Amino acid sequence: MNAAQPNLVMLKKLLIVAMVMFAFGYAMIPFYKKICEVAGLNNLLQPDTLVEETQQVDTSRLLTVELDANTRGLPWQFKSLQSSVRMHPGELVEVMYEIKNNSNREITGQAIPSYAPQLVSQYLKKLECFCFSKQVLKPYEVRQMPVQFLIESGFPADIKTVTISYTFFELSSDFASTDVSGETGEI
Amino acid sequence: MAAIHHPGHEHEHHGPPSGIMRWLTTTNHKDIGTLYLWFSFIMFLTGGVMALTIRSELFQPGLQIVEPEFFNQLTTLHGLIMVFGGIMPAFVGFANWQIPMMIGAPDMAFARMNNWSFWLLPPAALLLITSFLVPGGAAAAGWTLYPPLSTQMGMGMDMTIFAVHILGASSIMGSINIVTTILNMRAPGMTMMKMPLFVWTWLITAYLLLAVMPVLAGAVTMLLTDRQFGTNFFNAAGGGDPVMFQHIFWFFGHPEVYIMILPAFGIVSQVIPTFARKPLFGYSSMVYATASIAILSFIVWAHHMFTVGMPVTAQLFFMYATMLIAVPTAVKVFNWTATMWRGSMTFEAPMLFAIGFIFLFTIGGFSGIVLAVVPVDIVLQDTYYVVAHFHYVLVSGSLFAIFAGTYYWLPKWTGNMYDETLAKTHFWLSMIFFNVTFFVQHFLGLAGMPRRVPDYALQFADFNMISSIGAFGFGFSQLLFLYVILKCIRGGAKATDQVWDSADTLEWTLPSPPPYHSFETPPQVSFDEYHVKNVQNVHSK
Repeated sequence: MNAAQPNLVMLKKLLIVAMVMFAFGYAMIPFYKKICEVAGLNNLLQPDTLVEETQQVDTSRLLTVELDANTRGLPWQFKSLQSSVRMHPGELVEVMYEIKNNSNREITGQAIPSYAPQLVSQYLKKLECFCFSKQVLKPYEVRQMPVQFLIESGFPADIKTVTISYTFFELSSDFASTDVSGETGEI
Repeated sequence: MAAIHHPGHEHEHHGPPSGIMRWLTTTNHKDIGTLYLWFSFIMFLTGGVMALTIRSELFQPGLQIVEPEFFNQLTTLHGLIMVFGGIMPAFVGFANWQIPMMIGAPDMAFARMNNWSFWLLPPAALLLITSFLVPGGAAAAGWTLYPPLSTQMGMGMDMTIFAVHILGASSIMGSINIVTTILNMRAPGMTMMKMPLFVWTWLITAYLLLAVMPVLAGAVTMLLTDRQFGTNFFNAAGGGDPVMFQHIFWFFGHPEVYIMILPAFGIVSQVIPTFARKPLFGYSSMVYATASIAILSFIVWAHHMFTVGMPVTAQLFFMYATMLIAVPTAVKVFNWTATMWRGSMTFEAPMLFAIGFIFLFTIGGFSGIVLAVVPVDIVLQDTYYVVAHFHYVLVSGSLFAIFAGTYYWLPKWTGNMYDETLAKTHFWLSMIFFNVTFFVQHFLGLAGMPRRVPDYALQFADFNMISSIGAFGFGFSQLLFLYVILKCIRGGAKATDQVWDSADTLEWTLPSPPPYHSFETPPQVSFDEYHVKNVQNVHSK
């Protein structure tokens, strides 16, 4: 069976290629996270820094920002204290949200933001948000939390209404011990 | 020199066992090739029935025949079955039949593993099809299985994930077999740059499969653990990212579309020179073009996801990289047309399908370049324009090449000539109905009709009706294909060994049909300026 020997060597080499590629699929996860971190992409859960401390406020027009609050799969009550806010582009505003744990167990939740229209995400700068860190609520605890944000004055004038939406998800116990927003997340 | 050693009566003890055990236990490359081809044809009809159900629902606006949920399952399973059950196994079937005969090898390198590669497929297909019957129905997230849809569905999704695992294992074993056979088992005298192009394209395809099938297996494993074991790879609430799945999936998915077209290029590169009675215009440029396409396929994946919100720099990179692929592809198209230029062409069914392939695949390639342009793609993303584009490259591309290859080698495989008139009728029916079905879908897409919808606005009604009529015509034309094959297997004019007068690869030096074991002793091959010659066989005449 000498003739089969080179074939078996080849079989082993190719199997190793297949296994390395399987591992490569998994390696793409941390690889992409690093790229996004370096390139500053996808930083929904980190505070923005304002490049110019004095953002020009465009007082000639008003934007309506609708505030939406949802929970998914956890027994919390989550609402914004105002349903909407009127603001000038460039103006820093603060809005308040409230969460209440309706259950008798301690639950860890994480809020994920979502914006409509999508374009807003380029102009929205958030200085403070409860979504930058996980929230731990004791049984029946109620908490009020601020969001501080502005929409840059370069925002297209043809859009008069934008929606900022937050959805709270429950963090599974193994994730609750870590901070999903990474090292830079702060309270 | 002695005549090539064809096993005859003295080798009858090497013949196959009879009945079902022959097919279950076979390690013969010809038997396994036949199994692959029939399996893929059955899957082609299964996926076709789903396609026709989809087109029936879309015949007019409103919901008539199926529930929207079931419609989504149909589009998902139609895609999965056609890709993994129809096109890919068909090409593996060609590889099994042809590669050993074209390189002068007695069989595939790992004959037992070859049997396993095939027999993994029917259970996977069964998992996919029976998933329609479980609570919640089959997977309905589209063939791309994007989360969050795919992390939320019922057990039909788990069955799909397992099916993809099994199909992936089968493909990986098949590719290992093909690479080893081609690299280690060529007849003396057949150097790499003397291999037939079909063998070359399959060598490159097998490497692509080895590189990306494990990545797909990883991606669906992550889906599975997200669904069942509480990991958070793609779950935003747990710190994961659904868009990540798209990156991993398309890192597999784009090479995958070349896996489905490169063997087609190989078949067409065998057929065109035969019927133009000229050698291929530029052999080495074809080899290099194939390799370039394969390498470039790894750096264009994000053109499937221009609308996910990536930075402009990335969009530009993926746009230009995608357009770059047009260059080696054009090398191929010009090569085929230059081969036909001033050739003594005849238009038997394989040639008709090969020319149909060049014509329609080029249209599909052009709509691909249109879609590569970021601002255009952002408008056309997920519209019927995309559906038209990939059906032009997959149906009139891959499938037409499969038809061409089938008619080209069927006389060799069966020993009988097929019915040329019926085969030509099959070509013209397929050609006309294919275009009736899919050309109008360009207009639907440009007008804004989204894909994967069971209902649509009134202004899309006429083109959808035309497309549905074409789809039924195309579908029923394939029954003619089945009839031509069955008729050819059962009898017909005896085929000569040579079959086509200027076909010049090694398989044509074998009898028609070839003996159950061929090239048990490797042939001595030599090459004159243009043609491969099996020296022993030529001398024995």
